[in-house]
Amino acid sequence: MRWRAGETDSRTDTTFLLFSGCVYGNECDVVASKCEQSSVLLKELRSSMMSEGSSFMKGLILGGIFCLVMSFFETFNSGTHSEGHEHLHHHLKPVSKDELQKLSESQMSDWTLQVRVYCLIMVTPKLLVHWATANDTWSKHCDKSVFYTSESSKALEAIDLQEQDEWARLRKAIKHAYENAGDLRWFFVARPTTYAIIENLKYLVLDKDPSQPFYIGHTEKSGELDYVEYDSGIVLSYEAMRRLIEIFKDEDRCPERGHALWKTPEEKQLATCLKYTGVFAENGEDAQGKGLFNKKSVSSLISDSMGQNPADVVEACCSDMAITFGGMSPSQIQVLMYGVYRLRPYGHDFHDSLTFLPPNDSDND
Amino acid sequence: MKAGNSRCAFSLGFLVGSCTLYIFLRQVWFEKSFGWKRHGKSNPPPLGPEQNTPNLTWRVEGSALINLKHPHQPGEDGHITDELFKKVRILCWVMTGPSNLQSKARHVKSTWSRHCNVVLFMSSEEDRSFPTVGLGTGEGRDQLYWKTIRAFHYALKNHGDEADWFLKTDDDTFVVVDNLRWILSNYTAEQPIYFGKRFKPYAKQGYMSGGAGYVLSKEALRRFVEGFSTKVCTHTSSVEDLAMGQCLEKMGVVAGDSRDTLHRETFHPFIPEHHLTGKFSKTFWYWNYCFYPIVEGPQCCSDLAVSFHYVDPVLMYTLEYYTYRLRPYGYRHRYQPPVPAVLSLASHTGKPTTEAQRLEERVKEKSVPTYTMNPRAEKVKTTGTTSHKCCPGEKHNRQKHCMIVNMIVSSCVNPE
Repeated sequence: MRWRAGETDSRTDTTFLLFSGCVYGNECDVVASKCEQSSVLLKELRSSMMSEGSSFMKGLILGGIFCLVMSFFETFNSGTHSEGHEHLHHHLKPVSKDELQKLSESQMSDWTLQVRVYCLIMVTPKLLVHWATANDTWSKHCDKSVFYTSESSKALEAIDLQEQDEWARLRKAIKHAYENAGDLRWFFVARPTTYAIIENLKYLVLDKDPSQPFYIGHTEKSGELDYVEYDSGIVLSYEAMRRLIEIFKDEDRCPERGHALWKTPEEKQLATCLKYTGVFAENGEDAQGKGLFNKKSVSSLISDSMGQNPADVVEACCSDMAITFGGMSPSQIQVLMYGVYRLRPYGHDFHDSLTFLPPNDSDND
Repeated sequence: MKAGNSRCAFSLGFLVGSCTLYIFLRQVWFEKSFGWKRHGKSNPPPLGPEQNTPNLTWRVEGSALINLKHPHQPGEDGHITDELFKKVRILCWVMTGPSNLQSKARHVKSTWSRHCNVVLFMSSEEDRSFPTVGLGTGEGRDQLYWKTIRAFHYALKNHGDEADWFLKTDDDTFVVVDNLRWILSNYTAEQPIYFGKRFKPYAKQGYMSGGAGYVLSKEALRRFVEGFSTKVCTHTSSVEDLAMGQCLEKMGVVAGDSRDTLHRETFHPFIPEHHLTGKFSKTFWYWNYCFYPIVEGPQCCSDLAVSFHYVDPVLMYTLEYYTYRLRPYGYRHRYQPPVPAVLSLASHTGKPTTEAQRLEERVKEKSVPTYTMNPRAEKVKTTGTTSHKCCPGEKHNRQKHCMIVNMIVSSCVNPE
């Protein structure tokens, strides 16, 4: 075998020459020239591959940088217009028993009248079973409960918003609720997969003035944004609703259809819009600091507690005045109704300062 | 061609790059918020043993746990339940076995058994650390009646003076002992009577389901023990609860009605979910066994339920949470159980009163106003006929409830 002078001794070339099977003689020259051509071709191929590869690499790096820039831009945008001290984790607790007992009669009657709740339950026909369950159980404890659906269902009554996009639907529902609130001053937004104990919600907001902006629930953080988790229910005061309605008109800060590449969940969009109006998410918790809003089911929370605190499972698990649970099946919810509103040990009295009567049209509570 | 290729490669690279980094960023942010959560924001700090553990002191006597104080929640007025604790003393014995101690009996020990006056865990073998009583039997379904006999004998012999009533349960039974006291307070320990989930076949007066738990008065227990010494009752049976029922019937012990004042069952042989939501098929044996008519749906079960069976550990703690902890603030329950005559409060007024009436009495004494709210209160309409008067500042609504109309609210409280 012999190589042409000046040819590089790369593996591919050698293989090429070997395959040609030439050994000596004129054929070799012919083959060698063929080899030369092929090797040149190969070189060209390799170089073009290299150039493509390099452009691929360039594309990769540029794509990464682009992505980074976009995300920073987005968070920067949501971060710049924030006002005030946003890093104080707002914790909201119910009024203490001692304070309740110190109150004057007129103050008590004021509070009784203003702590009435309008429930907005955002349903879809896909969630029909949960919709029916919510209709049959906890929604009866709201002073007014309205079901807002994406499309109407023959089985159950609801306000048909005819809107598939969840954020747009939420906006419409909020507008409708605000206009039809009457003299109700507190608003609770939830999906039918959430279960709520409205009496405990009233207890939480009892001493809070609804003409102040309140945005309460289980708070989570996304970058710089504190938002209330949708799955465990969102509480809004009348003033917060009013400000929301105002900012809905602002297409730049609070757009109806987002212009990011990906869809932001409506809970975050809500938080962003509210932030522009100076309303911040507050975490609802009891006097011991236990969260009142849960997106997990009771059995799930108990199981977790059995793993983490086997010595004191129930104490460490959940609050006595819990407001919401999520992810429970309809039969589990019937058991929960029984457990919350009926099952109790005889002879244990709690002299609560307020009395809530059972609703007129149910038999499972 | 080549330029096109490289452009393709470039755009492909761009896409892949942006997608990968997007996913990567999402992960990173997720990690940050998750890590942040870990630093104890949403999870409450584990409470030390000083705070909020039930006000409970157990005294261990051999294999028995003697309860000195009754568990209470902070902020709760438990004086009625305390009184009943002293007047209606219950010994609970739990049927268990060596293999079930850690998987089942342990959870019974942590939850409802703390409300009994005395607790005994009955096993075939003694275990000083748990503690359990060793009955010297084998394990298995065929040993159940023998274990029951020995357990009751043991309880009467060793703790006969410490209790008035003797409750038998399984280690997968959940019991609300306070509600059992409410039922039993209308009877005395000298009456030969026993209570449980009553079944009708095979015995004239019926018998009580073993799994749902049954409770014997002291006199009933004495007669049970006597039945064996006089050979009136048999020593072997594969069906524990039926054999028990037949023995007691022979000894003249009455099978009591454990239902509440609305005739709703209190002892339940299944979990709450099955009773509240299940539809038993018409061929299911349960239909033929129940002594009283079965009610399906929410009225199956009393508010003051005493027991549920086939309760797994998670449900055990869940029911403890539902019964003793989770409550709706200020809720006026639909069912207002009458106060038992044995309590001193009733003896003042001379007749049994409802809880609501007692509350109102107390309210009038202290002049603490309670404010009543009906969800979905409608605009007030005055009705022609009213069953009772409303307080000043209130008017009747369509449902005849008194609704606050204007801001003048006095400390007047309406009877419903």
